Amino acid sequence: MTTAHKTPSSSYRRRDFFTQLTINGALLLVSLVFLLPLWLVISSSLTDEVTLARTGFALIPQKISFDAYNFIRMDPGRILRAYSVTLTTTTIGTIGGLLIMSMLAYALSRQDFVWRRPLSFFVFFTMLFQGGLIPTYILVTQTLHLKDSLLALILPYLVIPWYVFLLRTYFITLPKEMIESAKIDGASEWRVFFQIVVPLSTPALATVGLFCILMYWNDWWLPLLYIDSPDKFPLQYLLYSIQRSAEFMTTGDASAMLQTIALPVQSMRMAMAVIAMGPIALVFLLLQRYFVRGMLVGSMKGE
Amino acid sequence: MIRLTDQFEAKSEVGPASIPVDPTTDAIRQPSIFARIERSLRKNGPLFLMALPGLVLLFVFQYMPLPGAIIAFKNYRTSEGIFGSEWIGLKNFEYLFKTDTAIRITTNTLFLNGIFIVTGLIASLTIALLLNEVRSRSAARVYQSSVFFPYFVSWVIVGYFGFAFLNGDNGLLNKWMTQIGAEPISWYSTPKYWPYILTAAHTWKSAGYWSIIYLAGMMGINVEYYEAAQIDGASRWKQITGITLPLLMPIILINVLLSIGRIFYADFGLFYYVTRDSSLLYRATDVIDTFVFRGLRSMGDFGMAAAAGVYQSIVGFVLIIVANWIVKRIDPEKSIF
Repeated sequence: MTTAHKTPSSSYRRRDFFTQLTINGALLLVSLVFLLPLWLVISSSLTDEVTLARTGFALIPQKISFDAYNFIRMDPGRILRAYSVTLTTTTIGTIGGLLIMSMLAYALSRQDFVWRRPLSFFVFFTMLFQGGLIPTYILVTQTLHLKDSLLALILPYLVIPWYVFLLRTYFITLPKEMIESAKIDGASEWRVFFQIVVPLSTPALATVGLFCILMYWNDWWLPLLYIDSPDKFPLQYLLYSIQRSAEFMTTGDASAMLQTIALPVQSMRMAMAVIAMGPIALVFLLLQRYFVRGMLVGSMKGE
Repeated sequence: MIRLTDQFEAKSEVGPASIPVDPTTDAIRQPSIFARIERSLRKNGPLFLMALPGLVLLFVFQYMPLPGAIIAFKNYRTSEGIFGSEWIGLKNFEYLFKTDTAIRITTNTLFLNGIFIVTGLIASLTIALLLNEVRSRSAARVYQSSVFFPYFVSWVIVGYFGFAFLNGDNGLLNKWMTQIGAEPISWYSTPKYWPYILTAAHTWKSAGYWSIIYLAGMMGINVEYYEAAQIDGASRWKQITGITLPLLMPIILINVLLSIGRIFYADFGLFYYVTRDSSLLYRATDVIDTFVFRGLRSMGDFGMAAAAGVYQSIVGFVLIIVANWIVKRIDPEKSIF
């Protein structure tokens, strides 16, 4: 990152100081602009509803209030259900997807597997040509009968061809001798895969796993197509539905309070967005470098 | 992607390794067809079984819809199913191209995706170049995290962000505009601003991702080039235009070409959630993907929506093939196939 400036003259160093100052200033400004929307949403989720209605969204809340969060806490049914749906699809989808994709990728990575070529093409072709939304929708709803089923939120994303090739690229770099000697010692293909290949591939598996978590957690597409009943709404779709409905949270305990207290609708929506974003923001902060590593494998090695 | 030589290598490994397994010396000299199949199955069977779940899923969700694309040539009725519905030839396509719709969704898709490619490239390259000059590693990490963060936010939540800025009653943007004495604007019903808004949203969400890829490319450049340039007295700017950018050119070119290959596919989330699917904006924001989705959801015209989908698939396929062909000529390693 730092390319050598080794000339020790003081005028150079002074000029360099100002260059650094300008560059850091510019990047600081860019960073603030990029974080501005996030800040605005958090700030408005903490703003008193009346103030929000009167003076509008503001970067600094004029009157801080936790009403929005308190109301959500009072009737947490919907958001908890959505959380559990999202957690279910994310967990099953990520674990299942990793297992299925890595087994497929491993078979395709083995150079002595006779059907490697045609099967690689079979996987690859799906990246070039898709049947389109309408035929897929008809298939899922009328042939597979998955309308309004949680399976419709999991199955279509289990195998992502791009990740299969990313894993395959990694598996090819593993030392072939290790696999061969294990087989000479009488280990079955399954044992070789689970006891040698999988433990050696944790970096690649971690990266693909993170991408899967992100994909399932942030998915709004499959529920938009296939989910009808509110108790099967995942988080993103719940957010979408409350953005559309003028009044919400009119079920359960909160409806009794409706008569007496004005519901902080606007700030509550923003609070919901904050709550839905929380876990993925945490994953991002803690595991960012794994994402970066995976992105670079994908972009540098091509495939 | 797949090299023939691997196959030859593989063959030479198969022979000797499998000899001790087979107990009959006869079979070694002249293996019967059944013995060969049996041996091949014993060897390849487990690997095939491993691949099978993934292959089945791909078959079901990617290949099985393909024949269904014929409903683009049919007058689809749910009661009669895909294959029972009446053939109407190219009527759906005729209808699609006779109205302004096809032209509108095609130009919107191409125009907006074109702008996204250019602005995205400029923004991510600028950020990467700046990050590359920052001396303090910890500061660089903070900047990088800030610009990368939007990549992790779903389009639904970006829609919320947009609403906080743009809503007519109390959005931040209108508040600022009244403060400086300008008339507030009804953003969600004025199409002319949306190419800018969509470009801003798209750049905001993806610039961080691409800047990281370009930064990695910059860090891979040999330091000696810069040292030699400094000895010759080249300024930082000269070094950027003379060393960094030319050496980065292959990566840039390939990413741009691959984006052009996907130019017929729009990012549905951006066009649906950020615009809040406001029909007053369709003139500027309706793209092929949102049109097909509406055909499914609200218009119920499966045939015409499927026709638009087939149109997208075929043109998209051709574009990807062409883009890849060009990439292959530049750098065979980077081509997707």
